[in-house]
Amino acid sequence: MAVKTNLEAVRDTLAELMERDPSILIMGEDVGPRGGVFQATRGLFDRFGPDRVIDTPLAELSIIGVGIGLALHGFRPICEIQFADFIFPAFNQILNEAARYRYRSNGAWSVPMIIRAPYGGGVSGGLYHSQSVEAFFTHIPGLYVLAPSTPYDIVGLLRTAAQAPDPVLFFEHKRLYNLVKGEVPETYYEIPIGEADIKREGSDLTVISYGLTLHEAIKAADQLATEEGIQAEVIDLRTLKPLDMDTIFASVEKTGKVLIVHEDNLTGGWGAEIAARIAEQMFEWLDAPVMRLAGPDVPAVPYAPPLERWFMPLADKIKAKMRELAEY
Amino acid sequence: MSVVKTITSSQERKRGWSISLAPDLLPVEVPPPFDVPPLSVEVLQKMYHVMLLIRRVEEYLLDAASEGRIGGAMHTAIGMEANAVGAAFATRPDDYVTCTYRGHHHAIARGLDPGQVIAEVLGKASGCARGKGGSMHMVDPEHGLMGTNGVVAAQVPHAAGMALAARMRGEDRIALTFFGDGAIYQGVMHETFNIAAKWKLPVIFYMENNKYSEMTPIWRTSAIEDLYTFPKVYGIESIRINGNDVEIVHAAVSWAAERARSGEGPTFIEAITYRLAGHMAGDLETYRTPEEREHQRQADPLLVLRQKLLDRNVTEEALARIEEAVAQDLARAVEFAETSPWPDIAEAYTDVFHL
Ligand SMILES: Cc1ncc(C[n+]2csc(CCOP(=O)(O)OP(=O)(O)O)c2C)c(N)n1
Ligand SMILES: [Mg+2]
Repeated sequence: MAVKTNLEAVRDTLAELMERDPSILIMGEDVGPRGGVFQATRGLFDRFGPDRVIDTPLAELSIIGVGIGLALHGFRPICEIQFADFIFPAFNQILNEAARYRYRSNGAWSVPMIIRAPYGGGVSGGLYHSQSVEAFFTHIPGLYVLAPSTPYDIVGLLRTAAQAPDPVLFFEHKRLYNLVKGEVPETYYEIPIGEADIKREGSDLTVISYGLTLHEAIKAADQLATEEGIQAEVIDLRTLKPLDMDTIFASVEKTGKVLIVHEDNLTGGWGAEIAARIAEQMFEWLDAPVMRLAGPDVPAVPYAPPLERWFMPLADKIKAKMRELAEY
Repeated sequence: MSVVKTITSSQERKRGWSISLAPDLLPVEVPPPFDVPPLSVEVLQKMYHVMLLIRRVEEYLLDAASEGRIGGAMHTAIGMEANAVGAAFATRPDDYVTCTYRGHHHAIARGLDPGQVIAEVLGKASGCARGKGGSMHMVDPEHGLMGTNGVVAAQVPHAAGMALAARMRGEDRIALTFFGDGAIYQGVMHETFNIAAKWKLPVIFYMENNKYSEMTPIWRTSAIEDLYTFPKVYGIESIRINGNDVEIVHAAVSWAAERARSGEGPTFIEAITYRLAGHMAGDLETYRTPEEREHQRQADPLLVLRQKLLDRNVTEEALARIEEAVAQDLARAVEFAETSPWPDIAEAYTDVFHL
């Protein structure tokens, strides 16, 4: 079994997919000889050539728009948006075009493309290099939204995404790129879209998360277990859309208490949808109100180190919230 | 024929860079439609002071970044100072300016206190954005600096809007917007060109063409390398200049500003320049050779201006006095920034809405 970082998991899987499927292309800003600003495509240009690893102009709208055209005619583009913060020039193409082609053509057309976007804070990126933007996209029917957070899950989900018949938004937390290492089996495997994973078993309360806050939640849960004997179950959503409600509901049955944690803003964040579904369908099982811990509702992640620290829902805050929930 | 090479992959055609400042590879000459009257040595010395101060501030910031005192992406304009200073001296304090994340030089040239610039980059409470923004978010309403912007090309239409507003209010203010060569490919640029041309807006589009969009050279992503020809098709007066000669920049912007104020509409200036430092602090610069960079150093705008001053009989002693004054300015700015406190957490919730 090989040990890889999240970044290596992305890079190696991209290479593997390109090797296997000649319809796969990579396009984006600086993805060619330079290998992307995060080095996620390093070496691919030399290996697969300029026709399959395409340095695009600095134009997100066209990266996605042209990608849609390629997808409509037999290719499967993997488009890189350099930072999720810069996806918005392409928003119209994603929302009104990629996600709706199938619906408006009676299934005659579909857009099998992957859009990769590094997101998230904790990197001193300030206003426009730290955003979590998933809630804008989980709102859109017709679009798969994935946010795997470990090397194992990245590999498995990227493989599946590369066979999905419809557009996939693949979010990668940039703080985790080199921070997280994990084992990736040599034998081939896939992870289905729409399957959450219990990353830590527990019976006292359930924490639902993804991304950097998932790892922080696991840290907090381990601390709480040793310090206070509270056993939290930590669910990694992995796929944000469609949600794996079965796994969530089963855990709620077990613990009766739920905390949802994400870095994206609280109001209208994806946690609100999850909380609403639990409230609607699991009301009798709940022993406490569903709680949320999320990025505060300020316009952006502020830059100054103390302000950024204040923004991020990291282990200490998660632990406090878990304790509050456990004591309820 | 030249040492100017762009690193190419084995699979790519080999070619050099066709636009250059260095003497053996001057840009395709576009005869300027304006005169370049020599500026007085007094003005040139002031410009030298500001340009050198920008350079020293950014060198300090690069050092601080390499010591781990600055996080995130910090972009310097080392080698590009003449663009900011020439333009600032050719416009009025009440003119509006928008620019990119590469904006320390514009902030200082417009008149923002370098202490506040450094403090902002360090994330201190005394920074121009009270530490909320960092390097990419210089702001100085007093000097018309509406903000440097982290999203490529996002600032460009704002300049058109402010220019329209100024005209509708009967003012003779103009708006000046800076962007890089990479920005030309954003759709909003072209939408704004059309509007500005059609409405004859008092706006100046100033492209700082440093030949790379991040790590990618222009020729890899554009069929047209004469970028100043793009806006022409929209009906915009477009010129190309040497952006490393502060006197030329000053003359070009003065001319464009005069056109804007007298109702002749927008001007596009493609200024050929070169960033002598990386795209951002920590950039390994694998996309260009050290030879290329060193070659371009011959056209370092500070050397160009220093030589100009010597040629016009300013003495070495006089220049040394300026250099000493700059060192003192820098020391004051650094002292101010480093001793400033971090912002309070409460700061994070200010200016979300007007409450
Ligand atoms: C809309 C958008 N897409 C991508 C980026 C990431 N990015 C930051 S700088 C840059 C290159 C810009 O090149 P250029 O316009 O030539 O300006 P320079 O950095 O050379 O001054 C890119 C792609 C961004 N900031 N905004
Ligand atoms: Mg550039």
